Amino acid sequence: MPKLTVNDVEVEVEDGSTVLHACEAAGVEIPRFCYHDRLSIAGNCRMCLVDMERAPKPIASCAMPAGDGMVIRTDTDRVKKAREGVMEFLLINHPLDCPICDQGGECDLQDQAMGYGLDGSRFSENKRAVENKHMGPLISTVMTRCIHCTRCVRFATEVAGAPELGAIGRGESMEITTYLEKTLASELSANVIDLCPVGALTSRPYAFAARPWELNKVETIDVMDALGSNIRVDARGAQVMRVLPRLNEDINEEWISDKTRYAIDGLRRQRLDKPYARGRDGRLHAVSWDEALKSLATALRKAKPNAIGAIAGNQADAESLYALKSLMTRLGSPNLDCRQDGAKIGGNRAGYLFNSTIVGIDDADALLIIGSNPRIEAAVLNARIRRNWLSSRMPVAVVGPKVDLTYDADFLGQDPAILDALADGSHKFAAKLKKAKRPMIIIGMGALARADGAAMLGKARQIAESYGVVTKQWNGFNVLHNAAARVGGLDLGFTPARGGMDIAAMGKAAKAGKLDLLWLLGADEIDFEPFASSFVVYQGHHGDAGANHADLVLPGAAYTEKDGIYVNTEGRVQYATRAAFPPGDAREDWTIIRAVSGAVGKSIGFDTLAELREALCADHPHFADADAIAPAKWASFGGRAKLSAEPIGQAFDNFYMTCAISRASETMAECVRASSADHGAAVAAE
Amino acid sequence: MLNDADRIFTNIYGWDDAGLKGAKARGDWNKTAKLLALGHDEIVERMKTSGLRGRGGAGFPTGLKWSFMPKEVKDRPHYLVVNADESEPGTCKDRDIIRHEPHKLLEGCVVAGFAMRAHAAYIYIRGEFVNEARRLQAAIDEAYDAGLLGKDAAKSGWAFDIYLHRGAGAYICGEETALLESLEGRKGQPRLKPPFPAGVGLYGCPTTVNNVESIAVAPTILRRGADWFAGLGKENNTGTKLFCISGHVNNPCNVEEEMGIPLRELLEKHAGGVRGGWDNLLAVIPGGSSTPLMPKDVCADITMDFDALRNAGTGLGTAGIIVMDKSTDVVKAISRLSYFYKHESCGQCTPCREGTGWMWRMMERLVRGEAESHEIDTLEQVTRQIEGHTICALGDAAAWPIQGLIKHFRPEIERRIAARHAVDAVNAAE
Repeated sequence: MPKLTVNDVEVEVEDGSTVLHACEAAGVEIPRFCYHDRLSIAGNCRMCLVDMERAPKPIASCAMPAGDGMVIRTDTDRVKKAREGVMEFLLINHPLDCPICDQGGECDLQDQAMGYGLDGSRFSENKRAVENKHMGPLISTVMTRCIHCTRCVRFATEVAGAPELGAIGRGESMEITTYLEKTLASELSANVIDLCPVGALTSRPYAFAARPWELNKVETIDVMDALGSNIRVDARGAQVMRVLPRLNEDINEEWISDKTRYAIDGLRRQRLDKPYARGRDGRLHAVSWDEALKSLATALRKAKPNAIGAIAGNQADAESLYALKSLMTRLGSPNLDCRQDGAKIGGNRAGYLFNSTIVGIDDADALLIIGSNPRIEAAVLNARIRRNWLSSRMPVAVVGPKVDLTYDADFLGQDPAILDALADGSHKFAAKLKKAKRPMIIIGMGALARADGAAMLGKARQIAESYGVVTKQWNGFNVLHNAAARVGGLDLGFTPARGGMDIAAMGKAAKAGKLDLLWLLGADEIDFEPFASSFVVYQGHHGDAGANHADLVLPGAAYTEKDGIYVNTEGRVQYATRAAFPPGDAREDWTIIRAVSGAVGKSIGFDTLAELREALCADHPHFADADAIAPAKWASFGGRAKLSAEPIGQAFDNFYMTCAISRASETMAECVRASSADHGAAVAAE
Repeated sequence: MLNDADRIFTNIYGWDDAGLKGAKARGDWNKTAKLLALGHDEIVERMKTSGLRGRGGAGFPTGLKWSFMPKEVKDRPHYLVVNADESEPGTCKDRDIIRHEPHKLLEGCVVAGFAMRAHAAYIYIRGEFVNEARRLQAAIDEAYDAGLLGKDAAKSGWAFDIYLHRGAGAYICGEETALLESLEGRKGQPRLKPPFPAGVGLYGCPTTVNNVESIAVAPTILRRGADWFAGLGKENNTGTKLFCISGHVNNPCNVEEEMGIPLRELLEKHAGGVRGGWDNLLAVIPGGSSTPLMPKDVCADITMDFDALRNAGTGLGTAGIIVMDKSTDVVKAISRLSYFYKHESCGQCTPCREGTGWMWRMMERLVRGEAESHEIDTLEQVTRQIEGHTICALGDAAAWPIQGLIKHFRPEIERRIAARHAVDAVNAAE
């Protein structure tokens, strides 16, 4: 632990810290452009120069390791001059077009020029101009503004694993480019926009849309995947203008995926803003809430209790799940399912959680991925795996299709028999698992959402137990979900009650004419064909597949439009906050269910969100602990049946379109087009 | 003047056979194994005693540099890297060593490599040196065939390999860490120091990067004794040195001389004197393009060594002496150098990337007098803003020539500005 003196203040910093860290610890602000905590050190902007005793020249504090006894000064005339000099150099070729720059108001260059720069320019030559680069539909470039800090290059190379961003040319002709003017082949590409300290890389969909100071900023939780990335939603009036990442070291650090950031334009399209009922002509007609509630109450009264079913979608908040479950219980229906993909999970919590936690990935020293493509199912989590792999070169093996994960992996094949071989130790990767101290298994919906999913889960458990994946100190058995609502639903028991039907059984019953009413809570990704003869109620926010097949549509709220609790794939409970109001007559989902309960005269016992949460937390105490994970106890789960011979696949192929919001998003559609045009592999448009 | 007997590079003009046979006749590869038998640390010790200072420009003591290498080879191998990316304008000594004395360099690699416990040396040669690279490769092949390199180099029991790598013509790759980056296959940009190459160098392994001349003189120093070398030249500036004399002299040449020889003697004895006589001299750039120029009155009694030149506000650098007589447009000459540095800046760090272009553009205007006289001060300040604020020394190298110009030729620049203003005033009146 080196001790340094910074401006006469003595500080002690951790080993491996830099002088810049020491200055921060001493409460001294150091201006910087190229330095970023999560990227390698470049030391090229020269803004962080400080004076060190006995050094003939000022030193770059970001790159200088803190040493014992160093005497640092940041308040000398030489440091002031150095900063002014660097600021002047950065600005001579900068266009100073702040009034028409989207970075204006949140620009490091602006801020630091105010703080450390001179008031005028002595530069009377012509300024350099740089041609803009095409970086795909998400990133807008004005390369003349670039100050060559190379943060974007380092992010793409190190974090995203997309080496096609780099610098070409020398001296003042140096340019940041994607070389071949292609879209950045990364699900995390838009993070370079946040990293860019100037307005060179800005958000293309958000171009010229708003100024930061006119936005209402709300801190909330993302639902595009099951990570529960922490986000900030910036809204102007009723419109969500943009989504930015929020720091959470345990989940997303400070990255978010492109879908999280850009699917939001889908919130403005295809919205259900009033109730609809299917008329005699077979078409949906707008109706009033009164009519809608009345007709639903009638249908519910008419239906036999055990012929009522409810299926929850991937983005349902825990409150509406709880409310709907309460209503179903009151109606006497045991038919509930929150696994619209038919995944064979539930019951013992350890059997459906990402037990090691996301942070646990940093400690793993061997990884077996079964039926999952973390790159598209949880892009931010994949970056963590990559980081571990970069530093430790841990062995990674995949049972599933061969894909580019941004790190080297051993693709063992898609044959389920490989799992048998891994379990009995006859497979060559078994030795690597055995050697590892903290081996990890990630099993995804590609393996679990199939008929033999329970057997898959059981087999994975068997592998875990044979190779020390689960010990007293370490639980590396991880289920990777891709639905934000899934763990919450399972925790609440939104699964068939005693004698109840799951989604497959409901389908069968419906075909046999034994399912009178099906309530879809934002469920769009199911096979609707069996339910043709049932009375289908769709409660949700988008006119997607569910609304298309519904007889009655109840307009609900999207994730940005309601307060809600989500439980991420690790079992972490997080509270989301409303950033805007739902459009038109749409309502927050739990209130709709509450209104229906009133209409049918089956009280579910709460009238406010606070009361609902109180009841929910009374039944499921761990929901009261925001941001905490209630660890799961290891126990038996999964089946023992023989695995079928069907090859193990992955949950979905198209990263950009996985939910009603992203399917309605023009930006996401643009991304699909761009990535298939620029990177060959055609992605099926949904 | 240096005795012929004390000359190290006896075939620097290529009058004799450059091949292995000729080299052996000149004493190269003579009982190399016996030199290695001195042991790793003894060789380093003797190099320290010799007082040899690095010949690449910075003048850092070579023996001391070698001693920074770890004393034990741990999990990572040690490397010797020879910097043959000679690109400093006015400098052409390494080129002649490679052309005419390649075996001195190769033997030096074995000795230096052994001293720092390396089993491999990489010679990074400038891309434009096409024939030189061929010559050097031929010499390497010859040495392998003769058993002087390879598993048992020169029958010393020490395995040693030499790899020749051709650069692609970037000046910045002569900076030692940019050279390592380039050698590893990346964009040639200097690395941040610390860590220094002796700790983390080529492929993350302990590495020492030396100039061709520093390595090539090592075997002779060991053979003839450190004291012999230390006895030549001046204190702290010992030995002999190859001087590259170009520009307005009657007989431009490379010549090996004692350190500390007076500049005037060097020019008159070896280069046939300044064109048009000593009084026709305007200025001399003493150590390659990056060192500030010296006007005639300083040249009269300056001696050519690190310390004397540093005290005169310039430097020995690579000892590439550029002589300019009174026919020279000195502002234009320095402006051309500014263009060179602007062109060769790697663009990595801000002051050099932005500053070199700014300086060149101002210089271009000063050549024509299209400026205000206060802009001379602005230019001076810009050079100070670059100097010492960059990752590598290219920023300094770009700043120094201009500083030298302003220091010694400010009246000339002001004269041009005044003349231009006079012309402008006349034009405006018409």
